[in-house]
Amino acid sequence: MAILISRSRNFNHFLLSTRFRFLSRLNQTSSKTFSHHAKTSSFTTAAGGGFTKPTATFSGESAAVFRVERFQSNKTGEQLNTLYYEEDNHHQIIDENQVMDFPGGQLPITPQMKFIAESSEKRLPCYRVLDDDGYPIPGSIFEEVSKELAVKMYSSMVTLQVMDTIFYEAQRQGRLSFYLTTAGEEGINIASAAALSVDDFVLPQYREVGVILWRGFPLKDIANQLFGNKFDYGKGRQMPCHHGSNELNYLTISSPIATQIPQAAGVAYSLKMDKKEACAITYLGDGSTSEGDFHAALNFAAVLDAPVVFICRNNGWAISTPVNEQFRSDGVASKGQAYGIRSIRVDGNDVLATHSAIRAAREMAIKEQKPILVEAMTYRVAHHSTSDDSTKYRPVEEIEHWKTAKSPISRFRKWIQRNGWWNDENESELRGDTRKQVLQVMQAAEKVEKPPLTDLFTDVYDKVPLNLQEQHKFIRDAVKKSPREYPSDVPI
Amino acid sequence: MASSFRRIGKLATISSKNQSRRFSSTVDQTLKKSEGISPSKSVNLFTAINQALHIALDSDPRAYVFGEDVGFGGVFRCTTGLADRFGKQRVFNTPLCEQGIVGFAIGLAAMDNRAIAEIQFADYIFPAFDQIVNEAAKFRYRSGNQFNCGGLTIRAPYGAVGHGGHYHSQSPESFFCHVPGIKVVIPRSPHQAKGLLLSSIRDPNPVVFFEPKMLYRMAVEEVPEDDYMLPLSEAEVIREGSDITLVGWGAQLSTMEQACIEAAKEGISCELIDLKTLIPWDKETVEASVKKTGRLLVSHEAPVTGGFGAEISASIVERCFMRLEAPVARVCGLDTPFPLVFEPFYLPTKNKILDAIKSTVNY
Repeated sequence: MAILISRSRNFNHFLLSTRFRFLSRLNQTSSKTFSHHAKTSSFTTAAGGGFTKPTATFSGESAAVFRVERFQSNKTGEQLNTLYYEEDNHHQIIDENQVMDFPGGQLPITPQMKFIAESSEKRLPCYRVLDDDGYPIPGSIFEEVSKELAVKMYSSMVTLQVMDTIFYEAQRQGRLSFYLTTAGEEGINIASAAALSVDDFVLPQYREVGVILWRGFPLKDIANQLFGNKFDYGKGRQMPCHHGSNELNYLTISSPIATQIPQAAGVAYSLKMDKKEACAITYLGDGSTSEGDFHAALNFAAVLDAPVVFICRNNGWAISTPVNEQFRSDGVASKGQAYGIRSIRVDGNDVLATHSAIRAAREMAIKEQKPILVEAMTYRVAHHSTSDDSTKYRPVEEIEHWKTAKSPISRFRKWIQRNGWWNDENESELRGDTRKQVLQVMQAAEKVEKPPLTDLFTDVYDKVPLNLQEQHKFIRDAVKKSPREYPSDVPI
Repeated sequence: MASSFRRIGKLATISSKNQSRRFSSTVDQTLKKSEGISPSKSVNLFTAINQALHIALDSDPRAYVFGEDVGFGGVFRCTTGLADRFGKQRVFNTPLCEQGIVGFAIGLAAMDNRAIAEIQFADYIFPAFDQIVNEAAKFRYRSGNQFNCGGLTIRAPYGAVGHGGHYHSQSPESFFCHVPGIKVVIPRSPHQAKGLLLSSIRDPNPVVFFEPKMLYRMAVEEVPEDDYMLPLSEAEVIREGSDITLVGWGAQLSTMEQACIEAAKEGISCELIDLKTLIPWDKETVEASVKKTGRLLVSHEAPVTGGFGAEISASIVERCFMRLEAPVARVCGLDTPFPLVFEPFYLPTKNKILDAIKSTVNY
């Protein structure tokens, strides 16, 4: 992501007014200090799979340079001198026993007029386990995965990729009206899905078809939805790629951006009240974080202690809008703390890191009954959808780089292959079989007739009201009069 | 519809310091339903709402009440005593964010709970419009009935209060009447409010329930203390007549009723219908009445253009064209933002309605 979201770290020392003069005297004082973030907490989770080591450590404080700027008042000239912001959140505290009482709690007092810097000096690091060549980074802490799980995760990513390729082509051939792929984000899809329990409720955006596949949604049901045939659970009412399954606790996708996020807080609250060993998980993109619903959701989840894991796929692009035109913050993970939400940034193209991070996030969400924010860094190799040509707004070389050198699939393959869990023969067999399966379900789904006309009118309400009964009759009569105006594959 | 043309005799008087408004009551009718066993008390509208919420929470452990300031009893006192009785996990304040309230409520309702969300004023419901229109209303449909948020009820006080200006007076019901998948319900009195709110909470569809805040304290009526429900999508003829049909809902009905009484003094017999549920609405009751009287007047506080009165007017013209003896009259709010000083000019007052009754009858 660095190439996408790197930005200037220049901090402007600005003057509030002409009466203020910048005093360049920076004192390394020995004054008593107070830091809001001085508490260092660590946690160890023992997940179902068994963590061999502590999975993560939260350290609120890095060894940042401590600077204290003097605030001086000059009576005659009323000149005030200060450095107006802090990059490290250190403030000079007069006396730790001296506090001010406000409705939100006690606050320490500082004589300094100090603005908090717009961002910290150092960018939040990205948790990673495997390097680009699939070698574990020395000292990396992660949850071990068995051969079986690793192979299943790998196979699922390949399935997702093969499926996406075929359906994308089918749309190009005019067989499907629309499609969008997860290309480049197969890692987040599968690694996060694998870290969850099927009892956890998923509120997806729309680029997480891998999660429902992982839960056991058959390829044929994917195809039925894409063709909107009579076996589509959604009864042909929504565009392709809007899956949902009650059985698999995967709430039906809707197109509007970010609407699912506050709903996840409500779902989580219900799980909390029912004392379930489960949490809600919601997926969103970097663009979603600009919507009011994102803010609402994080704030509600934090205030109401809702066990929900927010997974932001920061893939660099909201259709054509790059992240540096989306927000000025250090990405998304940095927003968590302002809401009182524990957060992590993880390499979303690193299956082991993502899997570990989501496992830990889930554990904490459930055990501590609170929300967790995960920012998974990745790249949308795919065009936004089949209605988009992303080469119009980003260089082909950039896409190609992420498609090949940075692919989460090939990185993970290197690792499992090096472990002796996978070989070229397995690879060609898997790809061949999957291709066959996808083509088969697609051909079958394409031939199935559409849902009956009745399905146009049911489910608006639990029962069909009189006005819809009348309209149903009206449409049947209209079809009788001009049958050629209407699709012939919809049973009347 | 079943209750059409029932004679409602009793008129309760609402008194306040400055004015007196009257409205129709159906007390005797519903008492009959509950076999007269239920004790009833004379209470105001916010107390009736409060009773309904107590019953909803008491009768269903999966019911929740939340919104801005509901914890201490709410700015209109509708949630008084709920948090004490049912605990802060079931009755709680939320952050000040309407889209958050409704989004959260949809998620809660999707998990088979009764999510009773309060929006403090209907004027502030718009940040939640997306959640209501694109999410709540389509939740069942888009999933092929795999999921639904039917346990969702959004309560919001609406309408003029005499001093509310732009942002404490609006009647935004027509925006929501354009949204298949939700129901819109507006009660006219304490007794109606309790029964309709309990029905809305228990209805397996998301409901937007607008409460006439003008009547919170002003309207007092005998209300059974028991749990009772009044049917949705059923209009009620609250005053029978033969010369003209008047259709309205909520607080406007008392103004309309006063006009009916005045008209009667001049020998005009008005039939007054309370629509109660705006979508899906009971066309049949209105149609039957207009076929009898040959004339229709619709009245609401919301601006006339694009108001729900337009829908009623068009539907009745479609169904009763040959029976109509005059154009349908609409006496509604003006097409301006809701004004402060000019509120008496803006509102569809008794005399405006009376004038329209006369000109329609004498057309």
